[in-house]
Amino acid sequence: MREPFQLPAREIARLTMDGSLKPEDTANFYARRTEDLHQVCNTHTLWDKDAVLNEAEKQIDYIQAARYAHKSLPLAGVPIAIKDNIMVEGQMATCGSRFLRNHRSAYDATVIQKLKAAGAFLFGRTNMDEFAMGSSNENSSYGPVLNPWNRRHVAGGSSGGSAAVVAADMVPLALGSDTGGSIRQPASFCGVLGLKPTYGAVSRYGLIAYGSSLDQIGHFARRVEDLALLFDVLAGPDHLDSTSHRGAPTPTLPTLAQGSLLGTKIALVRDFLGEGLDGEVRAHFEAAMARYRELGAELVEVNLPHIKASIPVYYIIATAEASTNLARFDGIRYGVRVQKPGQNLREVYTQSRSEGFGREVKQRIMLGTYVLSAGYYDAYYAQAARMRELIKRELNAVFASGVHLIATPTAPTTAFELGQKTHDSLAMYLGDIYTIAANLAGIPALSHPIGFDGKGLPIGLQLMAPAFQEATLLRSAYHYEQQNQPQFDKRPRI
Amino acid sequence: MNSKTSHNSTSDLGFEGLLNRYEPVIGLEVHCQLKTESKLFCACKTNFGALANQNTCPVCLGLPGVLPVLNHQAVDYAIAMALAVGAVIREKSVFARKQYFYPDLPKGYQITQYDLPYCEAGRLRLDTGKEIVIQRIHMEEDAGKSIHGDNASYVDLNRAGIPLLEIVSAPELSGPQEAYDYLKKLRAIARYLDISDGNLEEGSFRCDANVSLRPLGSQAFGVRTEIKNLNSFKNVERAITYEIFRQADILESGGLVKQVTLLFDAASGRTQVMRSKEDSPDYRYVPDPDLGLLYLSQERVAQVKSRIPELPEGKSLRFQTEFGLTEADARQLTEEKELAAYFEALVAAVQGKVTAKIVANWILSEYLREHNTRHWTWGQQDLSVEAFAELLGLLGDGTISGKIAKSVFEEMVESGARAPAIIHSKGLVQITDKDEIKAMVQRVLEAYPEQIEQYRSGKHKVFGFLVGQVLKASQGRYNPGLVNDCLKEALHEPAKKD
Repeated sequence: MREPFQLPAREIARLTMDGSLKPEDTANFYARRTEDLHQVCNTHTLWDKDAVLNEAEKQIDYIQAARYAHKSLPLAGVPIAIKDNIMVEGQMATCGSRFLRNHRSAYDATVIQKLKAAGAFLFGRTNMDEFAMGSSNENSSYGPVLNPWNRRHVAGGSSGGSAAVVAADMVPLALGSDTGGSIRQPASFCGVLGLKPTYGAVSRYGLIAYGSSLDQIGHFARRVEDLALLFDVLAGPDHLDSTSHRGAPTPTLPTLAQGSLLGTKIALVRDFLGEGLDGEVRAHFEAAMARYRELGAELVEVNLPHIKASIPVYYIIATAEASTNLARFDGIRYGVRVQKPGQNLREVYTQSRSEGFGREVKQRIMLGTYVLSAGYYDAYYAQAARMRELIKRELNAVFASGVHLIATPTAPTTAFELGQKTHDSLAMYLGDIYTIAANLAGIPALSHPIGFDGKGLPIGLQLMAPAFQEATLLRSAYHYEQQNQPQFDKRPRI
Repeated sequence: MNSKTSHNSTSDLGFEGLLNRYEPVIGLEVHCQLKTESKLFCACKTNFGALANQNTCPVCLGLPGVLPVLNHQAVDYAIAMALAVGAVIREKSVFARKQYFYPDLPKGYQITQYDLPYCEAGRLRLDTGKEIVIQRIHMEEDAGKSIHGDNASYVDLNRAGIPLLEIVSAPELSGPQEAYDYLKKLRAIARYLDISDGNLEEGSFRCDANVSLRPLGSQAFGVRTEIKNLNSFKNVERAITYEIFRQADILESGGLVKQVTLLFDAASGRTQVMRSKEDSPDYRYVPDPDLGLLYLSQERVAQVKSRIPELPEGKSLRFQTEFGLTEADARQLTEEKELAAYFEALVAAVQGKVTAKIVANWILSEYLREHNTRHWTWGQQDLSVEAFAELLGLLGDGTISGKIAKSVFEEMVESGARAPAIIHSKGLVQITDKDEIKAMVQRVLEAYPEQIEQYRSGKHKVFGFLVGQVLKASQGRYNPGLVNDCLKEALHEPAKKD
């Protein structure tokens, strides 16, 4: 019998299906490891070992039945941690918020149904910035996630918990969500892989909405092949999500190792390589790009004149959508209701929302409410929507000119220290500069490790591809990974 | 509490007098509930009268993480309505979120259409021939229902997410009667299309009225008020009439009408201020990112068009030309789709034994009276077309007289028996035996020598009396025409002898 520790998810599934790895051993091993480690980095909003193992038992029966029926389950016996904004029927779903501290989900998200059907084990609920609003995980009502590489530093956000559990080998895979970089940036900060698929490639049904036109469920892994494996499970049309893409997705795993990078044209964005970019990050980024060139890729430079507007455009559109999406959290049907005798309805709403939401969430709701108000809509929201179209067109024009991929650093710095930016919203927002464009344009993007800075903190590189070109994205990262294993294999000491 | 309190300054003017000084300008916003199988954005049922919160799911409960999916049956119904009023259908329209907090609005916003509705610029012709412009029609979801009582409030979300059409008229209706007619016509169309029950009392057809007055001859609009909660045709008329009086009072005393939203209280017959313009909420409309553009192709519109049935106006014209009905009769018969269908079925079933005109008379008088007083529902405890046709056939072939037929009709409705059985058991068959009638005429004339003299001296009025006596003696069974003939013959005979 094999030990499941540090095995790729694809290997766990394969060994489970051929009987050389017992699913109960995998479940027990990772449950013990998560039990030991989850508090160290505050990675979970909910970890209940017994409940997880109870649920795993049902999946083991299912896996056995599939084996006897000679059906292959792509994620048989693979533990997957779930970000706390994705619904699992009967489980708590707090979205990192005190407001939903007692909220139990009444239904499964579409991605959860797919994971269950694929034979996966659902392995706890990971910590996140409240309502996915944040870039450092310091906005969680349950305390910040600490970076496994250095616990004085942030794990990134908003999917910080999911990035950290993969980095610390508590699970081989984790689900996250990405509205402006919430998968890619923590992946970069924690030294793992993170994929934000094309908008509409993976169903959003069951994801607590933040900015609905930007939100995308994606995931974390340690291997490109695992990233591809999970994408192939999750992708596909969903009749419950009107924004999900109707066409059948192209599987990415079968073509992962095909060909080479010869002839692949990668664009560097000149506007992104100046002010604000950390010197060490820049050096590693340039080194990584040199590796890509060595692998046969052709590098070109492009200008994206409107890309600088990404951050204001994002913070108008995302907060506008957030202000309407979060209106349902009014304390009437679920969540916190703060009510004192004699209060009228308006006072109950005000009190509940004032006490239930954290500072950043309130700030964004108020921003969003402001930009949608009568008399301001045209100046802010409508203008931002037009600018978003320009940015989208600009990116599409680059791809139309024969460029296959656009490469940027994932973040301008490595993981910063806890508390360093908590009182400067603007500095925090500026950190999203490289990741936001992919959400505005709805295109797929991933972050992969490219090394470490002088403090031993991981650095990530972002690749963006045209819509529904996940296969190109993953194949390119795979070729890089094959030649640069050590950058991917190094583990934090916890 | 006296609900009939009159208004001081315009009471002497009266409504008609008032209209000599002011022109009322009225626009109606109608919310028409579509009778789709499921809700607008989820698969929940829409049936009326389910247990509280029975017809709900995560989507219409607005639980975190859910997404709306548009019901295409509702869209087809909406297209049908647009086509029926000759409106322009927008190829690409947008769903928007209208935001406000209320416990029966689970998401904190209502999904509706705002600046880009699917339909604009329709029109509706009133009986008077006046055309009213329909500015726009849009689709939206209904909110739930709040029930207040015993120190607590309850929310029932069965209604949340039921599809509505909001149909907005231009401010072109000039009085309560026109408003009433407009509403009736609109409702008839919705019912003909079979897209709504059009029931005001159950709330499947709801109406808000915008009312303003302007001095006769003026072009500028006066300040308008909006009246909500008009849940019957009668209340629409009452509320608008009241509001016209109220505004006229203000204007007559030199005051200014305030732009307010009013609630009509059916019990007192008055309007109450719900909120002023200053309190009017900012709904912060924003395109709903969960739905994207609604694209209505010409093919789809054409497909819906091919399924649109004959509508009241066309049917009424056809009834006039095909059956020779008067405009008034044809219009009344086509007000309800089922009534028109019943009429046509009956005309077919009588197989020419009576004219369509007679069928129309019978339906509009006898049948409708029973239908209304007995609260018949179409197609249920109704009098069957076959039974009715049988009766009219017996009338047409002279078996029974019109008078007898009416009493047989009542008996049929009362007992459920068929006409021949009633006629047989009560011996009501018309007597056409001329000898028998002649003999009875002789007997009656013997009893009234005085009247015979009167008749012969030129007072022909007594003829009717004598006919009546003969018919009475036969208990109505003699053929009235034959009685006439025989009586005339008998009265003229002695004169010949002279």
